Amino acid sequence: MSETQNSAWSPSSREIQRRQSRRAISRKQAGIAAASSIVVLGTLALILVTSPGWETVKATFFDVQYGKEVFPTVIKGLWINLQLTFIGGAAIGVIALGLALLRTTKSPALTPFRFLATAYVDIFRGAPLILIILLVGFGVPALGLKGVSSNVIFLGTVAVVLTYSAYVAEVIRSGILSIHPSQRAAARSLGLTSGQTMRFVVLPQAIRRVVPPLLNDFVSLLKDTGLVSILGVTDAVRAAQINASRTFNYTPYVVAAILFLLITIPMTRYTDRAIRQRTSAQNSEGAI
Amino acid sequence: MSNVLELVNVRKSFDAELVLNDLSLAVPEHTATVLIGASGSGKSTLLRCINLLETIDDGQIFLDGAEISDPLINVDDVRRRLGMVFQSFNLFPHKTVLENITLSPIKVHGKSKDEANSAATALLQRFDLADKADQYPDRLSGGQQQRVAIIRSLAVNPRLLLLDEVTSALDPVLVNEVLSAVRDLKSDGMTMVLATHEMGFATQVADEVCFLESGSIVERGTAEQVLHNPQNTKTQEFLKRVHEAGRL
Repeated sequence: MSETQNSAWSPSSREIQRRQSRRAISRKQAGIAAASSIVVLGTLALILVTSPGWETVKATFFDVQYGKEVFPTVIKGLWINLQLTFIGGAAIGVIALGLALLRTTKSPALTPFRFLATAYVDIFRGAPLILIILLVGFGVPALGLKGVSSNVIFLGTVAVVLTYSAYVAEVIRSGILSIHPSQRAAARSLGLTSGQTMRFVVLPQAIRRVVPPLLNDFVSLLKDTGLVSILGVTDAVRAAQINASRTFNYTPYVVAAILFLLITIPMTRYTDRAIRQRTSAQNSEGAI
Repeated sequence: MSNVLELVNVRKSFDAELVLNDLSLAVPEHTATVLIGASGSGKSTLLRCINLLETIDDGQIFLDGAEISDPLINVDDVRRRLGMVFQSFNLFPHKTVLENITLSPIKVHGKSKDEANSAATALLQRFDLADKADQYPDRLSGGQQQRVAIIRSLAVNPRLLLLDEVTSALDPVLVNEVLSAVRDLKSDGMTMVLATHEMGFATQVADEVCFLESGSIVERGTAEQVLHNPQNTKTQEFLKRVHEAGRL
């Protein structure tokens, strides 16, 4: 609309002059930023490579040749982490949604389940993940139960799912509680049952609102799958450990760290952008 | 003429505060009852009690002769027969205008999607909003949002329409487009209970005006009687204050 109004408009000489000034200012600022960056980063790099221990550090942590050598085994391990993240993530989503709904329901028939869900969240959110992994990974096979898998990848996934379901359930629940009661009143006054109100009005808005924190948890999940290495699962962390302990060269750890960063940094950037978009969208939502 | 709504000695308090005090009211079919009174006089609470969004402490409420204040009644079934429009619109921000309107017809009243869509489109056309069907509520002006909210409550063919200060959140220009929509409904014969601060509008649509003060109806009658020739001193004081504020 504004474009059609603007089509006949050309900037005044005053505005043209102002634009030139603004361009000059930003050119100057870019120059200052570049010079400052070169000086600071250059000095840091110089200090690093001229420091007495640098050669040892380079050989122990940044051995490019050795890094290339271990790369295939580490990346094969990373594939395990990714599988664990996506399969576990799907299970976490389903279980967490169920827990969040149970914790927010007022239905009298579900009262015992509401208590159980609260107890579950309290326990698994409060206990260290590594303890849960040890308990499930080593404890469950020790029971010798028939029909229960003793596959460490499976048990490791179960442990991670147990803990993360509790975290994610709380995030979803906070989203549900953040929806203004007037939305519920409007839905109920249209004759929707409380279940329909949750499904068609509250939950869709709540989930949208918690997408950024959920993405955050997803990044943490990927990193925390590295903890299942303590069960002997040959994931990226374990693969690096095996190589490092064989040669006393720690480059494999650095390779694993870089591989994780290559996935998590774009994910966190994306999360930041999602949060920004969410915030600006909410601002335009005004009185809702 | 039968009463669509009847309230008998209704009482409601929030903690220690008595909000509705022994209040009785009858709303015959095809009539509009307008509730006036200062903020906090109990107008909104009265509407919310009728809609069963609040539980009354004593008394009875009847809809078409059946008692709806009975705790054994199916509240969803009652609300299916009532329409409610809120001061703050309360449109669903994640649904388009059309989806806002068709949600209840489809999910509650079992209409097919096509049926609900064409009924909604007809209503949107009638209220000059046909071009907004696929927009999200955020994109609409306050007056447009409130007209969509009115259409949403109409789409289920309510027996009784409750309007809670539907223009209080709007600027004077937008107030008129919403009020003219309500006047249209009145001339269609819709039975309504409205809480409003717009005295001129009350004069135009009201079959009965009730002045509420501290949860009681202290004066009632035609708009002519209550608004232009009030007998009760409290009504006189209230109208004087409204007049001084330039709203009469």
